[in-house]
Amino acid sequence: MLPLIAFFILSAVAIVSAILVITRRNAVHSIIALIVTLFAVGGIYLLLHAEFLFAVQVILYVGGIMVLFLFVVMLVNLDVTLTQAQFNRQWQVAVVTAGLLCGLLAYAFYNGGRGFGLPQPPLGPEPQHNTQAIGMALYQNYMLPVEIASLLLLVAMVGAVLMAKRKLE
Amino acid sequence: MNFLNFIWLIPVLPVLGALIQLLFGRKLSNKAVSFVSVGLPGLSFVWAVGCFFQFLGLPEQSHHVFIKDIYSWLPAGAFHLSNGSLGYLDVHVALQLDPLSAVMMLVVTGVGFLIHFYSIGYMAHEGGYYRFFGYMNLFMFSMLTLVLADNYLMMFVGWEGVGLCSYLLIGFYFLRKSAADAGKKAFVVNRIGDAGFLLGMMLIVVTFGSLNFLEVSRAARSGQFEVGNGIVTAICILLFIGATGKSAQIPLYVWLPDAMEGPTPVSALIHAATMVTAGVYMVARSNALFALSPTALHLVAGIGAATALFAATIGLVQNDIKRVLAYSTVSQLGYMFLACGVGKYDAGIFHLMTHAFFKALLFLAAGSVIHALSGEQDLRKMGALRHKIPTTYGTMAVAALAISGIPPLAGFVSKDDILWQAFAGPHGHWGLWAVGWVTAALTAFYMFRLIFMTFWGESRVPHDVEHHIHESPRTMLGPLVCLAALSVIGGFIGWPKALLGGAWFEKFLDPVFEGNLPAPAHGYSQGLEYLLMLLSIVAAAAGIYGAYRLYVQRPELPERAAAAAGPAYQVVLNKYYVDELYDALFVNRSKDLGNGLAAFDLGVVDGGVNGVGWSTRMSAELSRLWDIWVIDGLVNVAAFVVKVLSYPARVIQTGLVQSYAWFITLGVLIFLAYYLIHF
Amino acid sequence: MTPVPTDYYVFLGSALFIIGVVGVLTRRNVLVILMSIELILNAVNINLVAFSQYFRAVDGQVFAIFVITDAAAEAAVGLGLIIALFRNKETVNADEIDLLKW
Repeated sequence: MLPLIAFFILSAVAIVSAILVITRRNAVHSIIALIVTLFAVGGIYLLLHAEFLFAVQVILYVGGIMVLFLFVVMLVNLDVTLTQAQFNRQWQVAVVTAGLLCGLLAYAFYNGGRGFGLPQPPLGPEPQHNTQAIGMALYQNYMLPVEIASLLLLVAMVGAVLMAKRKLE
Repeated sequence: MNFLNFIWLIPVLPVLGALIQLLFGRKLSNKAVSFVSVGLPGLSFVWAVGCFFQFLGLPEQSHHVFIKDIYSWLPAGAFHLSNGSLGYLDVHVALQLDPLSAVMMLVVTGVGFLIHFYSIGYMAHEGGYYRFFGYMNLFMFSMLTLVLADNYLMMFVGWEGVGLCSYLLIGFYFLRKSAADAGKKAFVVNRIGDAGFLLGMMLIVVTFGSLNFLEVSRAARSGQFEVGNGIVTAICILLFIGATGKSAQIPLYVWLPDAMEGPTPVSALIHAATMVTAGVYMVARSNALFALSPTALHLVAGIGAATALFAATIGLVQNDIKRVLAYSTVSQLGYMFLACGVGKYDAGIFHLMTHAFFKALLFLAAGSVIHALSGEQDLRKMGALRHKIPTTYGTMAVAALAISGIPPLAGFVSKDDILWQAFAGPHGHWGLWAVGWVTAALTAFYMFRLIFMTFWGESRVPHDVEHHIHESPRTMLGPLVCLAALSVIGGFIGWPKALLGGAWFEKFLDPVFEGNLPAPAHGYSQGLEYLLMLLSIVAAAAGIYGAYRLYVQRPELPERAAAAAGPAYQVVLNKYYVDELYDALFVNRSKDLGNGLAAFDLGVVDGGVNGVGWSTRMSAELSRLWDIWVIDGLVNVAAFVVKVLSYPARVIQTGLVQSYAWFITLGVLIFLAYYLIHF
Repeated sequence: MTPVPTDYYVFLGSALFIIGVVGVLTRRNVLVILMSIELILNAVNINLVAFSQYFRAVDGQVFAIFVITDAAAEAAVGLGLIIALFRNKETVNADEIDLLKW
């Protein structure tokens, strides 16, 4: 019972603030709305017993990326954009396309018999601590992807620095 | 000295003279030119005399013919005659000396030499002295080729050659338009006759298979062809057409009066003594053929007689001294053809010879008169010259007596022979005799009209000319005297038997005409012959007396008579308007044809060529349009298609990231749809 | 305690995904576009984690960690790009940057 209610509240918050993200004129408002959405999504993770992920979400996503967004919004000319048009010229077409996508997904759902033909979940004990499990998986099975991810972050860092520099020397 | 072996020298010596004059003559002095161009014909005459006497001495077996073959000219090969048999034509360049050609040769070289000699004095002050003698020598060569040839083709070569020289010499004063026109007229009218001659020759080839005189005559006399044969008649008529052209008979006589534009020696030599007699010679040569065709003979006689009378009437009223003599020549040639037409060829040839003497003399003397009067030729401006230029007067009077037929001068003998045969011969007719007799009277009349108007009566000479009247130099008078002597004694070699003569001329020419000489048949008596002879003399005397009355005693009468005759006089004075008739009928029609063809050429032929050019331009135009509309059109269409098809592709390249994002989404949508719906 | 059916999580994920797609295709402001991309990534994450929980396997969550890592890198570079772009063109509107237009 409780998880269901929690789910509905969290999902409502997520969806509403997502809509706010894409509709706010002021970019800062959009960022705030996005933060709210991210928090809601983190809550969903908690519901799903993914505590580590919730922590990562909040620290990394909200605390890092969103703050970065905020800084950049400050650097960028904000006042001017307030008076300009929000939506571009193709918004009708885009909405139609999105609607079609929605319809497609609905069709898939319907064909799947109002649910997904998911195979039976494996019977077995509940997993132990989430963080431990993730740690074990990361450093044993997914060693290579971790290294590659770190390389990716290095590249991104170098790239970001290069991009933001004033002049190439 | 074997003259006969080198008989070819006779024509060759003059042609050497011609070559020298025409190649180097410009640089030679008059004296040198005279020496060469009078000396060579003189030598030729000497050689001819030598050949003649040697010929007389030939043995009987030679049948009175001597052939000197030079080379084989046209070995034309075998072919089929019109009667189907096989013939072989082989034309040679060869010279034939028989009595007929001997007579002609002597006349041509003798009279020719005298006239050349005369020209030294006459042409002394003219420009183009060397050119004159060059052409005269060339003429001698051509005429001698004509008379000494042994076949029709070589004779034709000479025939054409004399035509050419006639043209060159008539148009000697080529800067004068009338002279140039006269030369052209002579050549063109001759040409018409030559066409007949050529056609006749071609018929001879296909009928007899040869052009050689001896062979053709032998074939004609062999009995192979019946008398009155159509083909032979056609041959004879065609040959006679050639003769009318060259010898100025009706209808092709119109060139001879105009030919008086040339210098007087030319008129004397070519248009009196020699060239115009070539037709008579040709008819005489072909006597074997004519014997087979009485129709042709009647035609010859008829035309001869008609021409004689016709020309005499015109000569009566002409006022130019040379014109009178020209018409007289035409008239006398008519007599010669009349003789041949009634079958007495030797009479024709005899008259040819005597006529050569006195007509040449008349022309040369007229030249002397003209020379004395510093170029005056109109009879109405002459008169009372006989004491001022006595030698000229004397010789000319002798010639006039000869031509009028006063015995015992040469003209009487020959003319009387013709008239007797015209009346009494087997082919003769009293009508022919009547025409001849009237013509004789007219001849005497107009001849003495000329003499009286020139030498007697009151002087009508213009004052400024009168002072310069002088007798001609001895080089001119010498030939006059020679010819006068010949005119007197020339008749004796043909003196008729009726007047106790030997008729040697007739006997001499007998072998050539081989029994064509008709005996005085029809049983006419000797008395008739004497009567007709007397009538001829009376006619001549009447003519002379009439001229005396009209032009010496009562000189105002001719004008009154002319005025009384009115239009008739005008018609005769204008030569019966024959020239104008020919102009309207033939000359202008030929010009019209020429113009028509020129218009055709310009319109159709040039039009065709222009049309081809136009069509080429049009096809180029079509190519251009095709290129612009179709080819370029295709290229433009291709470009247009590319543009149209590339429009969406271009429009998509907005450069906006969001449109690209939309496309991605669309792609995903499509794949997803496909995947989901199919699976 | 009946657990929440996995379907619900998938619905949520799809809804967020569609909203994110609309945002990417529709908004002019480049920052908002980037944010919409983050939305999409989060939707995907939800999906991953939901199925990870269903199958009682931790791989889904590991994948989600990598996604977040990737999102961070991408956000960093993207924002650097925006700054560079703003320096050159004085604008953050996506449809004013059309230098690659035909």
